[in-house]
Amino acid sequence: MLFVDIAKSIKGVDGTVTLRVKAEVKSGTFVVVMGESGSGKTTLLRCIAGLEQCSGTIAVGEEIWQNEHKVLSPKERNVGFVFQDYALFDNMSVKENLLYVNRDEALAVSLLKMLEIVALSDRNVRTLSGGQKQRVALARALMRRPKLLLMDEPFSALDPRMRRKAAKEIVTLHKRFGTTTLMVSHDIEEAKTMADEVWFVEKGAIVCHSPTYLDRLYDEER
Amino acid sequence: MAAIEWTPFLLSFKLAGLTAAILFCIALPFAWFLSQTHSRFKPFLEAVTALPIVLPPSVLGFYMLLLLSHNSPIGEFLESHFDIKLAFSFTGLVIASCFYSFPFMVQPLQSGFEALNPHMIEASYLAGKGSWTTLCRVALPNIKPSLITAIVVTFAHTVGEFGVVLMVGGNIPDETRVASVAIYDLVETMDYDRAALYSGILLMFSFAVLVAVYFFNRRHNLRVGSM
Repeated sequence: MLFVDIAKSIKGVDGTVTLRVKAEVKSGTFVVVMGESGSGKTTLLRCIAGLEQCSGTIAVGEEIWQNEHKVLSPKERNVGFVFQDYALFDNMSVKENLLYVNRDEALAVSLLKMLEIVALSDRNVRTLSGGQKQRVALARALMRRPKLLLMDEPFSALDPRMRRKAAKEIVTLHKRFGTTTLMVSHDIEEAKTMADEVWFVEKGAIVCHSPTYLDRLYDEER
Repeated sequence: MAAIEWTPFLLSFKLAGLTAAILFCIALPFAWFLSQTHSRFKPFLEAVTALPIVLPPSVLGFYMLLLLSHNSPIGEFLESHFDIKLAFSFTGLVIASCFYSFPFMVQPLQSGFEALNPHMIEASYLAGKGSWTTLCRVALPNIKPSLITAIVVTFAHTVGEFGVVLMVGGNIPDETRVASVAIYDLVETMDYDRAALYSGILLMFSFAVLVAVYFFNRRHNLRVGSM
């Protein structure tokens, strides 16, 4: 289970607001985080990962990542993170990117096979297309077998066909690895097909909805 | 043709090599720290680092001489306990050169680190790696042009150093008479032929080094750009 009860001052579209998030997520749940640009979606993910300071409590299962007594550094939090720009290590090959995280060769090969990029193992990551980079970033994020997978708009650089394919792969891996997943997205259709739960970040707070709520929103948008 | 005495050149290269090696070890973690810190003392540290660029070499040389002379606490301690004399010695020259060339090693490294995608560094931390592993395996290999520039320019700058070297090391043959001081000495004794020859050698050396750096950086940029 993921427990989040944090507060963080952010500069949003309406000036400085305090992002207050209190939520509990059951293990294995896929949450899609939606909201306007600048509403604090990325900040929320970064706070959970420990990349930005915030006040409050974050716990994953029995493990406290942050409370009033201690704050674990990002390297101490077993979290998989897919950045919007993928942030691959440019000096390494595809396989080296994975093995840098964890020298488990068998896991690396199995992830590369699952994502159909095993043929690219020895390629330098600079030479990859956007879709290929996205898969490498996803595989790398899973190399620590994280309990929590955070993804910041992982499809933003992909075309619609690639987005659908990548969405399926992510859901498959999310189930296979049993991760609790939080993914930032702007796409309602994507959220409908992937999410068990949808969070809307509005005026510094989150409002939880079931994916069925999105049907109505989707109809309104059309 | 005037005979060339190679000892001053060898001394210059020895001094430059040692300075570059020592500074690389000191400046690397310092530049990394400067690139990562958000401390309000950062501008102060950056200003102190850049001081040798704007200070007249004679001013820096004067303070170095004060610091290293046997009248200073450090000089007195080293002389009385280890019989090490720093003023007017090659060891003193190395120490003075490290101060003088410090910004030439720190600044290219810091710029290189600051130009890196910060998410790449964060991805390394999230991979469970510490600052040192991230520096050596992710940051450094991705700033090769800055790294080469820092090492080569520090080396070349130390070879061409004059004011500080003269004030701290003096002009002792086979000990502290480096190439730039030898040229000054030759001009003073009106041996212009040899002065021209020595100057020509240093000019060619400096030019070759800079061309090599620019070629390397161009090749690196082309290789990265074509990927």
